[in-house]
Amino acid sequence: MVGVSAGGMLALERLLACLPVGFASAVIIVQHLHPTEDGYLALHLDQHCALPVGVAEDKAPVCPATVTLAPAGYHLLVERCRTFALSIDARVCFARPAIDVLFESAARVWGARLWGVLLTGANHDGTRGLAEIRALGGRTIAQDPADAEHPLMPQTAIDAGVVQQVLTLDGIGALLAALPAAASAMEQERII
Amino acid sequence: MDPQQLESIEVDLLLEAIYRRYGHDFRNYARASIERRVRQFHAQSGCATLSDMLPRLLHDEAFFADFVTRFSIPVTELFRDPQVYLALRNEVMPVLRTFPFLRIWHAGCASGEEVYSLAILLDEAGLLARSTLFATDFNDTALERARAGIYSAADMGEASRAYQRAGGARSLADYYHADAQHIVMKRRLRERVTFANHNLVTDGVFTEAHLVLCRNVLIYFNQALQDRVLGLFRDTLVRGGYLCLGTRENLRFSAVDSSFEVVDAACRLYKRLA
Repeated sequence: MVGVSAGGMLALERLLACLPVGFASAVIIVQHLHPTEDGYLALHLDQHCALPVGVAEDKAPVCPATVTLAPAGYHLLVERCRTFALSIDARVCFARPAIDVLFESAARVWGARLWGVLLTGANHDGTRGLAEIRALGGRTIAQDPADAEHPLMPQTAIDAGVVQQVLTLDGIGALLAALPAAASAMEQERII
Repeated sequence: MDPQQLESIEVDLLLEAIYRRYGHDFRNYARASIERRVRQFHAQSGCATLSDMLPRLLHDEAFFADFVTRFSIPVTELFRDPQVYLALRNEVMPVLRTFPFLRIWHAGCASGEEVYSLAILLDEAGLLARSTLFATDFNDTALERARAGIYSAADMGEASRAYQRAGGARSLADYYHADAQHIVMKRRLRERVTFANHNLVTDGVFTEAHLVLCRNVLIYFNQALQDRVLGLFRDTLVRGGYLCLGTRENLRFSAVDSSFEVVDAACRLYKRLA
């Protein structure tokens, strides 16, 4: 699970480039973006990533070894049966999609197997979601504010005491790249 | 038992109670969103646990009214997804023109912005005078808002750009009266629309229609409920009539798939087969 806002295009480009062929987990991303840009963002990121990058469809299953972006203008949630769900409920922290909405629903589905990563952003979104992930046993990581193009979003989460690990973007990339490969995917089903 | 399982039981009980006491059936709503809404309502209810809301929902009608009112109403915009309105303008309006009169059903109209967007398209195609638009929702608060046609003036800049991307050649301001804070849609648009309470979960077919719009409503339903509702739309549409869904919804996994052909895949525009 990755939440990212202002400055996110470059950050995602660099992070996704770190994921190796054979990376076995599902990567789900909320980027606060302009309502007309999501198709372009997915196409663009697809060129920088060894895994296929797409935009979530309502009721489609969450697939391992793929990267899925929340569609612009919709909140993205995950059902217990591991399918995507969308909503157009009110904005959260002025954002739809909101990071909090995705993180909170995913925490309930994957619990301790979930990693929540919060990157650059000029917004308070994501802090509540990370708190929920942590409360349910998941792992919480924030980009080092000094390394972030916009430090407010990761800094807010760090100040709230919900972040376990603060890393640079390259550090997060290296951590993800070192995750066990496809062989262990079936039993682990670790979701990032 | 872990807290999530417990919470799931509590939500089941609340939804069952609401259905049997008041007839509002949320039991087949998509679960992640309904649980989020229940938790949000609970957070400001003053109740200690989710199930503490149960006696109050059952015995206190005002508490339930508050629940349904606050039950967040989907938030939409004028000309949301402009490319869809462009497709309706270019591909559907020319066919609708061949009918002597038109019936259009906008199901799940929420606060009504998209009904007025469609009324504007019909007006610009010269079809508004022979059209009857039914706009329905199960939520009376949403219907009141839709019927009033009053929206924030601050949103009109964005709406105006969307209108232009939807092929609008006039000024969106031609269709509303504005003061500093608000706009109200002009009467000649509002009077073409019949707003009515209709619940897609429990109510049936009530008219024949040439065009059904139901955008971003199916995302709130589970697969079984989706199939029921799509069946209603199939039975409502005349042969050759059009169905327009939200841009992230589709017929691919549904039981009615074979009754429709795709007109515009990206815009989720379908045609009822003969």
